[in-house]
Amino acid sequence: MPLTPVRLGYVPLIDAAPLIVAAELGFAAEEGLEFSLLRLGAWAQARDMLGAGLIEAAHMLVPMPVAQAMGLGPALPDLDLVMFLSQGGQAVAVSAALAARMRDLGHDFDFRDARKAGEALRRAAPERLHVGVPFHFSTQLELMQHWLGVCGFDAAPEVVTVPPPLMAESMAAGEVDAFCVGEPWASSAVDRGVAALLLPGTAVWASPPEKGLVLRRDFIAAEPEMTGALMRAIWRAGRWLDERENRDTAAEILSRREYLDLPAELAERGLTGRLQVTPSGEIRHVPGFVAFHAGAATFPWKSLAALFAQRIARRYGLQPDAAMRRAMAHFRTDLYRQHLRAAGAALPGASARLEGALTEDREVGAEKGQMILRADAFFDGTVFEPPFAD
Amino acid sequence: MFAPRRNPCFARDAGGGRNICPVLAQMTDGARGKGAMRCGCAAKLAPAGTKESRNQMDKRLSIVVIEPDPERAAPIVDGLREIGDHDIRIISEETGLARHIAEFRPDIVLIDLANPSRDVLEELALASGPTERPVAMFVDRSDEHLTRAAVEAGISAYVVDGLRPDRIKPILDAAIARFHMFQRMRAELAATRAALEERKVIDRAKAVLMKARGIDEEAAYALLRKTAMDQGKRVAEIAQQLVLAAGLLSCR
Repeated sequence: MPLTPVRLGYVPLIDAAPLIVAAELGFAAEEGLEFSLLRLGAWAQARDMLGAGLIEAAHMLVPMPVAQAMGLGPALPDLDLVMFLSQGGQAVAVSAALAARMRDLGHDFDFRDARKAGEALRRAAPERLHVGVPFHFSTQLELMQHWLGVCGFDAAPEVVTVPPPLMAESMAAGEVDAFCVGEPWASSAVDRGVAALLLPGTAVWASPPEKGLVLRRDFIAAEPEMTGALMRAIWRAGRWLDERENRDTAAEILSRREYLDLPAELAERGLTGRLQVTPSGEIRHVPGFVAFHAGAATFPWKSLAALFAQRIARRYGLQPDAAMRRAMAHFRTDLYRQHLRAAGAALPGASARLEGALTEDREVGAEKGQMILRADAFFDGTVFEPPFAD
Repeated sequence: MFAPRRNPCFARDAGGGRNICPVLAQMTDGARGKGAMRCGCAAKLAPAGTKESRNQMDKRLSIVVIEPDPERAAPIVDGLREIGDHDIRIISEETGLARHIAEFRPDIVLIDLANPSRDVLEELALASGPTERPVAMFVDRSDEHLTRAAVEAGISAYVVDGLRPDRIKPILDAAIARFHMFQRMRAELAATRAALEERKVIDRAKAVLMKARGIDEEAAYALLRKTAMDQGKRVAEIAQQLVLAAGLLSCR
């Protein structure tokens, strides 16, 4: 039987791995699909190409479909997030100059303790900190906002959008003092000698949802079979990726010229969680730095749509309740259950929960039997309770 | 912290109070500090049909083209010049984009759909406030056909809110035509390169055959072509396989 072609857009980052692995290792073909992967240059490009029907699915920052649902974007057909692709994978970096000041003041760059790092940064930082993030609707921005907010900076940091490949350059030019970006771009800035890694995203929030698989709602309605096949192929690729021994292979595949086009060693750092934090070569090991599957990492909790919606609504002066309701309708837990149940995905009993409540991985009751949920606590113990069940 | 610097302006439901201020207000805090570019004409809207509003409609448009490659920028600018007397500027640096945009205060920004700097423009589009001239995305406009044509051509446009669609369309049309030209040129270049590559491989395969079987060039090519036909493959594919196999066999 001939394979059905599907066009997917991705931005070159290690967390595009589920799409690339699904195409390369036959998970797509197994579902009767032939992936045509398009490397994109900007997040706005992913959104616009999806909106115009030039791609069927996109690798996208989780808060993007939330903002789009809230009307904070161009008038496009409805976009739905059908599953998460990854959690974690981000790193916070500071400029070499700032790192030196922090070290002089006694910080040890343990790459673990968010409160200690935040306080050290506050003592060493200039009067007004300039922080780079890849997009104004991104998990990176939310992580930085939460972390710096809790650590009590006197003056609100200035947050600016910097495309990931330009992060190092922007830091070298003195435009940003710190940034939060997905791998391999933080490691790349370390290799260029301009940055030191301060924290993994998971030190601020144990399971920060990072990328999602986003499709047009009208496509989902018109092509339920293809939607299901696409989700299963990518879900199985995520399962393969979370087998620890496969991460080196994944790094080899991702770093090829047609994908990330970088040395495999660079992609390997984030994928294996062995990060080099300074140009001089200090290594820190971070288990679970990026997750693609384990602990229900792909389940698109509606409570996370609400969490992002509330934060974005406050920032843009919109009504939070209305924003949360609209955003939650775009996280399609119904499709996740429908299409991944038969594939063997563990399904939680509810589709919304208390966010930030798990300080360690925990076994809970599932639709059938038991399942393990990943720890998802914020470093300061913040919890978020969605005001609506769905 | 991270307070909303301004209200969102390209929210879909924010279209009620259209602001036809003739300049793009400053959009970065840096520029704001200088205070020189504050526009503040939101309160001074001229009623439709008055002399003032007509002047605003017909004034020269300020267009910014963001393109790091001068060889690509030049034909876009030429194309825009052909359709009217507009003030056109090119921004080629990747850093300091927000500052440059604030300085030029354009009515329209044209940029490659795939340019990473688009994500910076997106932030500017959201960041303008009620007293500033918002930058709306072209895809916000009602002309779906034109929007799709632009995305397909690989171009995106950011347009100051309140600019009439009939003023935008000719500019977009001209830009789309140029971007299509780039796409054709890129395709042609790729095809030429591929053809050249194939030529080289076929020449090497012919040399392998001539040496191994002691035949002349013409016979070698005929053999390659016959094999390709028998296998239902292209000559270049057979040549590639032969060169690969010869390479393996010659390694001891």
